[in-house]
Amino acid sequence: MQIEFDDLVFENKPREPKEFAEIALKIRTDIIKSLFLAKSGHSGGPLGITDVMTVLYFGGFMRYNPKEPNWKGRDRFVLSAGHLCPVLYSVLARAGYFPVEELKTLRKYGSRLQGHPGIDMNLPGLEASTGSLGQGISIAVGMALSDKYLDKNDRKVFTLTGDGEIQEGSVWEAAMSAGNFKLDNLCVIVDNNDCQIDGRVHEVMSVYPIDKKFEAFNFEVINIDGHNYTEIVEALNKFNQNFQNNIGKPTAIIAKTFMGKGVSFMEDKYEWHGIPPNEEQAIKALQELV
Amino acid sequence: MFGYELLGKKPTRHGFGKGLVELGEKYDNVVVLGGDITGSVMTSFFKERFPERFFSIGVAEQNATTIAVGLALSGKIAFFSSYSAFAAFRNADQLRISVCYNNVNVKIGGGHSGITVGPDGATHQSLEELSFLRTLPNMTLIVPCDYEEARKATIAIGEMFGPAYIRFGRSAVPMFTKEDTPFEIGKAQVLVDGNEVAIIAAGLLVWEALIAAEELRKRKGIKARVINSATIKPIDIKTITDAAIECGCIVTAEEHQVHGGLGGAVAEVVTKNFPVPIEFVGVKDSFGGSGEPEELMEKFGLTWKEIYASALKAIERRDKGFIGYRKISQVESYFDNL
Repeated sequence: MQIEFDDLVFENKPREPKEFAEIALKIRTDIIKSLFLAKSGHSGGPLGITDVMTVLYFGGFMRYNPKEPNWKGRDRFVLSAGHLCPVLYSVLARAGYFPVEELKTLRKYGSRLQGHPGIDMNLPGLEASTGSLGQGISIAVGMALSDKYLDKNDRKVFTLTGDGEIQEGSVWEAAMSAGNFKLDNLCVIVDNNDCQIDGRVHEVMSVYPIDKKFEAFNFEVINIDGHNYTEIVEALNKFNQNFQNNIGKPTAIIAKTFMGKGVSFMEDKYEWHGIPPNEEQAIKALQELV
Repeated sequence: MFGYELLGKKPTRHGFGKGLVELGEKYDNVVVLGGDITGSVMTSFFKERFPERFFSIGVAEQNATTIAVGLALSGKIAFFSSYSAFAAFRNADQLRISVCYNNVNVKIGGGHSGITVGPDGATHQSLEELSFLRTLPNMTLIVPCDYEEARKATIAIGEMFGPAYIRFGRSAVPMFTKEDTPFEIGKAQVLVDGNEVAIIAAGLLVWEALIAAEELRKRKGIKARVINSATIKPIDIKTITDAAIECGCIVTAEEHQVHGGLGGAVAEVVTKNFPVPIEFVGVKDSFGGSGEPEELMEKFGLTWKEIYASALKAIERRDKGFIGYRKISQVESYFDNL
């Protein structure tokens, strides 16, 4: 199968749900194509969190400038669940940080799109190297600490973690410190698909209740359907308000999602955590994503 | 003693604390994270002087190490200090991926290192961290020999780009370097010239090496070269290779397991460039235990006497031509070097 990418990029501005749906379709298509070409990688998670990532990057919630990736005023996003990078790479490409065509190089030798994010490759828009679970959230805490108390600016920090990742104890060290430092400029998004490599999260090692745990660490918690654009928009708006009002609490958005969302045979199947589609599966997936 | 006087005794951790304050005065982007034991690792000096640039993270070394990365990615020079037992191992994954792979300005102060922690016992006596830290890409690793060198090294790692680890101790140890004694990251200093055996040491074993050299001269008329290899990584290849070529045998001495620390680094350099016999002074594959520092130094073979005996053995091996191939019957473990 010949794989081609168009070079469509999207603006970062308030949008209607219908527009988000169109962009998300494009992102999911990118994910399938790049993983098929890579012949390895994680399919389920990136597809599941695509809707949230689409609203975050293309709904006017983060300030960034692809023409000036290191702009000092930008808001920052740290992908704590580093293995979800296919969705981040697609979003960054579609935001205009680098040519969409480069998605073809995912996981290939010399590529800026490493199997797990590595800033040593100088990929524009990528803020931190992550991949060992439970660390990105602490990096985000450090960034938010710097913004709020040392540089005293109005930047925000977002981080995405997964419900499997929060089994790592260090996540809760990070949560404790975010609450302790009253980091209202920090938004932690939890991808709650109840899937991890070995099975259902609640069977491998239950992390529930997730919301109560973050509340106990002094977070403002918002539970949403991670595929409902209106709810995603409202949650991110709420975080913005929390930030503007200096509520003195970090925000956690628990996004209930389905792994593999958008591709029928991958949906809610943990077996798709860490594998790519083969040719037949990729063709079928791309047929569904139109 | 070869121009080095005992100027008193002070813990190296005080040099770290003092150096941090000086660094903070010089650069306003120096930030320090505390791990509860700030009064032990002397980040308390910085906390008092610059409270707005100090953050208490509590007993959470993984988080502190990684928060430092977030600060560094925001343009700060971020120091975190705890005991080496926790600042190099509890956070090992964080050091590897978040600090070294990101290659950022995070500086770790590893305090209460080695056997001289004393009464706290084996759990708190880190004797293994050099071997781990030395293998991390982008990491710079310094083991200062006394108070003044710790102060200088702290400032130096703050002024260089990238991850660094400085290892220092709890107990008061001999001070013998001065403000004008040379210190440079990556450069081993030849403290005493000699060409019969080279003693390459780091940390408080440097003082013991000086005593050993003095005793070798007095008792046997042997001229030992004493090298202070404060930088474990990047190791000073030239100075070590020169010592191998010019002395023909080497003793390494460190307050660490004989595996993989300074001795390992020296052995790698020497084996590749000019193989000569090496004897290793250090802790021989065992945990420490409670006791007074001096007692423990004796018990674990970390005094000038071991260096002295090892030097004689190294010389003997060199003179008997124990270089290269050995018969199986002659093979010895590097633990029984006494």
